[in-house]
Amino acid sequence: MSTLAYDGTAMLGRQLKRIRNNPGLVVLTQTMPITMLLFFGYVFGSAVAMPGERYRSFLVPGLLAATAAGGLTTGMLQASQDAHRGVMDRLRTLPVSRAAVPLGQAVADLVVTAAGTVPLLLVGLAVGWRIEGSAAQTAGALGLLLLFRFACTWAGILLGMLPRNEEAAGQLASTTFVLPLLSNAYIPADGMPGWLRTLVEWNPISAVATALRSLFSPRLSASLEQGGAAIARVPSHAAWPVAHPVAGSLAWCAVLIAVFAPSAVRRYARPR
Amino acid sequence: MTTTYAVLSEGLKKRFGDVHALRGLDLAVAQGTVCGLLGPNGAGKTTAVRLLTTLLHPDAGSARVAGHDLLREPAAVRRRIGVTGQDTSVDGDLTGRQNLRLFARLHRVRDASARADELLERFGLAEAADRPASGYSGGMRRRLDLAASLVRRPDVLFLDEPTTGLDPASRNRIWDTVRHLTEEGTTVVLTTQYLEEADQLADTIALVDRGRVAHTGSPPELKALIGAYAEVVVTDADVMVKAAGVLDRLTGAEPALDRDRKAVGAVTRDPTLTLPRLVRELDSAGVPLLDASIRPPTLDDVFLRLTGSKELVA
Ligand SMILES: Nc1ncnc2c1ncn2[C@@H]1O[C@H](COP(=O)(O)OP(=O)(O)OP(=O)(O)O)[C@@H](O)[C@H]1O
Ligand SMILES: [Mg+2]
Repeated sequence: MSTLAYDGTAMLGRQLKRIRNNPGLVVLTQTMPITMLLFFGYVFGSAVAMPGERYRSFLVPGLLAATAAGGLTTGMLQASQDAHRGVMDRLRTLPVSRAAVPLGQAVADLVVTAAGTVPLLLVGLAVGWRIEGSAAQTAGALGLLLLFRFACTWAGILLGMLPRNEEAAGQLASTTFVLPLLSNAYIPADGMPGWLRTLVEWNPISAVATALRSLFSPRLSASLEQGGAAIARVPSHAAWPVAHPVAGSLAWCAVLIAVFAPSAVRRYARPR
Repeated sequence: MTTTYAVLSEGLKKRFGDVHALRGLDLAVAQGTVCGLLGPNGAGKTTAVRLLTTLLHPDAGSARVAGHDLLREPAAVRRRIGVTGQDTSVDGDLTGRQNLRLFARLHRVRDASARADELLERFGLAEAADRPASGYSGGMRRRLDLAASLVRRPDVLFLDEPTTGLDPASRNRIWDTVRHLTEEGTTVVLTTQYLEEADQLADTIALVDRGRVAHTGSPPELKALIGAYAEVVVTDADVMVKAAGVLDRLTGAEPALDRDRKAVGAVTRDPTLTLPRLVRELDSAGVPLLDASIRPPTLDDVFLRLTGSKELVA
């Protein structure tokens, strides 16, 4: 086995053991979207210009995208915890491949997310959301979800290492809650004023939420042309990543990984 | 025969903002020996250890550790060293056993689980092995830290204040471990605040003061630099001056007079000045003595004299 694969596996094991010994953060981040689904789905559902069941079908992919974006927050919290703890000093003096620690963190997060998303999918199905796409489309949607999570986690890992201390990183992480609010995850963008809509449509979460809607519910997305109340209504003048949501999402993921993964590894390996 | 140096540094410098933590550290540690870095708080001991273990990048200077260039081959250095830093460096979220297994695996130890069990046993942690390390007492965490630096026998072991906060029994166990390792050929660089520890363990002591090595030598050599302290206590204050005259002649150093105790003392570097001779000389000069002593210097004295620092009086 190559050094990176071996060390990465060992570090993956470390992260999974940490989560098993101390599951609080994971349980919280995975139950939060379910609470939000029930709260938004029934409280907002009555106020949005879509029938309740339709809104919940709109909301589930949005919540999935927003939860995947939460990789940014968890990545930051875990990386800053690590960065300011003595154990990193020990790992830095071991003959360990430099990329192994951040890679182990990102992959462990992916494993946990994959498992943690199942309850949200089940509750979604229970409140009226349906998977209507082909098997390939569904697999593609789930794959995209994990890819987006992976990309966001790398961004989190880098950003978590930048602040001077854990408190500052915690404060920075707590500001990330606005990111899904500034997307079309919970509310369609069409009603927003022009400048805000532009901002929202260039938010990667919007591209991913739209892509998930189009893959899970292709029929409803297509019904836009027939004047139906589409759950994935995409105005023709939408920004490119939202107008071409699947390609747009893949492009966002590629950009995020290309920018953040190498710089996170470099930052981790740099002697102070 | 030429000496092989396990650690050889030249002019290592490190600055943190305005603080010059190291101003040119020259250190030579022969293979298989124990080198004690001794110095007051803030002298730069930890900074030196962190530089030599690839955790910090020096602003200037160079070093070879375990036969490899620190700056050009950090990975090769890491394969050959063990490190226990001043602060805890185990994962509090993992149990003691999980910690040791992880580090053993990363060191490519063949049977990581067996090695972990063996170390837990040796460091008296077997009972606590399956509890998260965050719940360990300070001394237990320290022992886990030390065990973690020994998952594989290192060529060079760096210990930054290894026994601070340990009870006497644990401290003795660590000392035994260090002695045992050097018998097997490991070189040890340790920093300490305890003079006794340096005296007990170190083959050479490097006195670190304000970012530099002020003096190096074996404990006896350093003590010889200072000399012994000859002191007599007389019966009557009137004869103190007479006693001082004799001591001056014998030692060539200026005697100090303590009027309250009626004591006169002077530093001597003359090995032929023994206690009987001292008594004889004073007696024949007609000085009535109550007490006489020649006290070898402690590392305390060495420290105060050589670094001019009063902070490290243990
Ligand atoms: N990361 C850092 N940032 C700023 N200053 C630092 C840093 N590390 C060390 N220093 C400063 O460098 C100097 C040397 O510190 P160092 O920790 O090497 O001393 P030490 O000899 O190990 O002291 P002690 O006996 O207290 O452990 C001190 O003045 C310290 O404040
Ligand atoms: Mg120190």
